[in-house]
Amino acid sequence: MESVAQLIIIMIKVIAIVTVVLTGVAWATWLERKLLGHLQHRIGPAVAGPFGLLQPIADAIKLAFKEEIIPDKVERATYTLAPMLSFVPSLLTFAVIPFGPTITLFGYEIEPVISDLNIGILYILAITSLGVYGIVLAGWSSGSKYSLLGGIRSSAQMISYEVAYGLSMVGVLLIAQSFSLKEIVAQQEGIFNWFIFRQPVAFFLYMICAVAETNRAPFDLPEAESELVAGYLTEYSSMRYALFFMAEYANMIAVSCVATTLFLGGWNGPILPPFIWFALKVFMFMCLYIWIRATLPRLRYDQLMNLGWKVLFPLALLNTMVTAFILRF
Amino acid sequence: MFDAIKTVFLAIPIGFYTTLKHLFKKPVTLQYPFKKKEMAERYRGLHYLEIYDDGSERCVCCGLCASACPADAIYMEPAENEKGERYSKVYEINMLRCIFCGFCEEACPEEAIFLGHEYEFSNDNRNAFIYTKEQLLANRPRKEKPFKTIIRKLRRIF
Repeated sequence: MESVAQLIIIMIKVIAIVTVVLTGVAWATWLERKLLGHLQHRIGPAVAGPFGLLQPIADAIKLAFKEEIIPDKVERATYTLAPMLSFVPSLLTFAVIPFGPTITLFGYEIEPVISDLNIGILYILAITSLGVYGIVLAGWSSGSKYSLLGGIRSSAQMISYEVAYGLSMVGVLLIAQSFSLKEIVAQQEGIFNWFIFRQPVAFFLYMICAVAETNRAPFDLPEAESELVAGYLTEYSSMRYALFFMAEYANMIAVSCVATTLFLGGWNGPILPPFIWFALKVFMFMCLYIWIRATLPRLRYDQLMNLGWKVLFPLALLNTMVTAFILRF
Repeated sequence: MFDAIKTVFLAIPIGFYTTLKHLFKKPVTLQYPFKKKEMAERYRGLHYLEIYDDGSERCVCCGLCASACPADAIYMEPAENEKGERYSKVYEINMLRCIFCGFCEEACPEEAIFLGHEYEFSNDNRNAFIYTKEQLLANRPRKEKPFKTIIRKLRRIF
């Protein structure tokens, strides 16, 4: 009986988190268009509903009813699989992110995290790397030169930045002495214990690598509209296209959640309830993403590689080393 | 090395500050189908035929507009009314041929034809673009100013 109840609770948590994340994804597209518009003296979506707030619904309906065009020269099986391979890992990341402290509902103690793995961070690193398969396979199976180039760029970029991405977290792990995200958040109570103040370099590196990991401007080389048409997305249409888009935004939210957990003290914060604090911090990161997109032009491919291997990687190593030294002596 | 540091700690923050400044500026977007722009006084849009204050047409069907028209868009047939005055029995402008140069307006000795401020007259039927005299008369804008002042203003502009 007890195990059945546990199962039901987990199912409810999964459904709740997936719903919240997908809703977040939908309105993240709205936020991006609106904020990007205002950053460029435009107003963004404004017709569907107040402030264009119903725009994501209109977009969803449009994409769902669009004709699906599958070009002749695609590898059918892989082409079909790729969007799912891209979308599923982006949702899986949320399994280990703690959204708030333990709450008691109807006599049950509920932790707002689907699974509190003791190796949560390793899990996140593993899952976020999986996302690249979807993109590479999409690029390869489309049978188009633009898609292929996009896919190749994506794989090179994600592998290069994965290194610095992982290493930037090590500093935090060294201080926290734990791989569990819940434990890491627990150690950041009170604003001045947030790891952003103890690991500013790591935070800086993490943000750069996170933008690169999620293929966002200025590291959006895989889709680079102006050179590769839309990179790996070129041959996709209808819901498959939408899946890639949702994957991109879900990844952004996931990366923001991880950044919040690792560096900004997760749900910790004064006055407001913990969930609100968490949402606020994630929202701030999403705005930062859009602000970055509005400001920085796309990097050239060799600049991207130089930055990844010659700047971020050594800096991350150095940061890890210095942190280790300080902790040891 | 020094350049890179300058870029990261000076140029990029300045860039971010610049975009942030623009976030608080008023958008320049015109919500077009809902709000329309006030056209300039001399804007050349859809034509209209002017009438005298007593309601009779100004056009005497002299044909100067048709001969001035570089696109050959105007077709007219003259007739006489019971008082012996010339008027145009048929007066048609093909808006698909018209290039909106305004030569007809300049050529007209009777101040009968003008190019108005209307610019939304798309249609999915090519025949609908041949505007008859009745349509052109009906296109007259609801004037706030008396006709004479408009003429004087136009004369000053041209």
